[in-house]
Amino acid sequence: MAMLEVEHLSKTFERTEVLKDINFSLEKGQVVSLIGSSGSGKTTCLRCLNFLERPDTGIIRVNGETLFDANDPVTMREAAIRKKRLHFGLVFQSFNLFPQYTALGNVMLASELLAKEREDYKENRKAIHEEIERKARTLLMQMGLGERMNNYPHQLSGGQCQRVAIARALALKPDILCFDEPTSALDPELTGEVLKVIRELAQQRTTMLIVTHEMAFARDVSNHVIFMDDGRILEEGTPEEVFGNPKEARTRQFLGNFAQ
Amino acid sequence: MEQFLEQFPIVVQSLNIGFLQTLKLFIVTLLGAVPLGLIIAFGSMSRFRPLSYLTKIVVWIIRGTPLMIQLLIIFYFPGLVLGSQIWGGGEAGRFLASSVAFIFNYACYFSEIYRGGIQSIPVGQEEAGLVLGMTRSQIFFKVTLLQMIKRIVPPMSNEIITLVKDTSLARIVALQEIIWAGQAFLKGSQGISGQIWPLFFTAVYYLVFSGLLTVLLGQLEKKLDFR
Repeated sequence: MAMLEVEHLSKTFERTEVLKDINFSLEKGQVVSLIGSSGSGKTTCLRCLNFLERPDTGIIRVNGETLFDANDPVTMREAAIRKKRLHFGLVFQSFNLFPQYTALGNVMLASELLAKEREDYKENRKAIHEEIERKARTLLMQMGLGERMNNYPHQLSGGQCQRVAIARALALKPDILCFDEPTSALDPELTGEVLKVIRELAQQRTTMLIVTHEMAFARDVSNHVIFMDDGRILEEGTPEEVFGNPKEARTRQFLGNFAQ
Repeated sequence: MEQFLEQFPIVVQSLNIGFLQTLKLFIVTLLGAVPLGLIIAFGSMSRFRPLSYLTKIVVWIIRGTPLMIQLLIIFYFPGLVLGSQIWGGGEAGRFLASSVAFIFNYACYFSEIYRGGIQSIPVGQEEAGLVLGMTRSQIFFKVTLLQMIKRIVPPMSNEIITLVKDTSLARIVALQEIIWAGQAFLKGSQGISGQIWPLFFTAVYYLVFSGLLTVLLGQLEKKLDFR
């Protein structure tokens, strides 16, 4: 069974159809890249999965559980949506770190708030807190930020900020980690360090859905590539198929821009 | 000179009592207007249209008319028109009426500062919180609030300094604040009459107090230096 199944997803803003009947699935441990020109609907697709936008039609299923069904209002209740979001992690293009917390604080905040909802929170408060902090430290080490845990976002480079954001998303152990152009706000030098971290996550078989304009990276890191154009999935397949031998003229035209 | 030295301690003592009333009005106004302003800000940002329009009209009226007139209306209206002394008599009544007028007036100004502060926070902050499974109130208290405070400290400082001096408007309903106390020596009080210098001397109190606040608020601004 696929970990993530998306069926007939569509979304219209004002009168612009941003997503038109999107269908795809994602297996556990798979890395899928979403490529395509700006405005093709990639980001909106990620935002729908994370419940930041409400699709007009379609179904979203994770591990067989229907998280969203446009025909079933029960799946849209605000209180339930909050928990459903935890199946997904999202790393933003502009990091969106919380400026008043240190790197460590950013990674720990959501876990600490969620822990308060646990029944055993009062008795085991200290142990729970220590466990959260230990995990956060481990994650930041893994991101190569061992020396930077107590720095505030404004004291970090863009690449470091984005790695903190990745650790923050991982701290909640999402089933599927989504990236929305994670390196588009970074200069080429800093891009490398972020891509390296994502590559390591891929090696550890983290299930990921990556919107990116880094074609070489997408080709290298993904098991599956989806090319979107004008709100539709125009072509998909293995990186070899999509990059090496694209079937659609539009795909060739798009990839041709990166040939030089 | 000799006469001045004789009068000085008497005047200062009287001004101190007046200033205490000024200070009381200042503190009560802040304590009331800071939270009330937040409620008004949420009202004017409400997605429920009638509420947001109503709040905006109220804010327009309060900001569009002089505080002095609001003071007079709030103080005299219940007694003259409704025939009921809701404020009670004497200095306590004057203080209560003045407090209500000041709190309401300043809450409206604060609400606009809050609204600006809330709306200046990038939407990405809220989205990051939502994606991390935080509730809207957790996002407000744990993420947005401090960033908002940081952004509103400079404009709030401005309003707070203005409030220090605006308290003198309560003189119009004969609240015995420092201007009233200084003015008393014109007509005559405690054997001193025809003296204008006590009134001028009140300026020193305002100057020292606003200077103190400037330093304090400046330190707060520095403390919130996380960008």
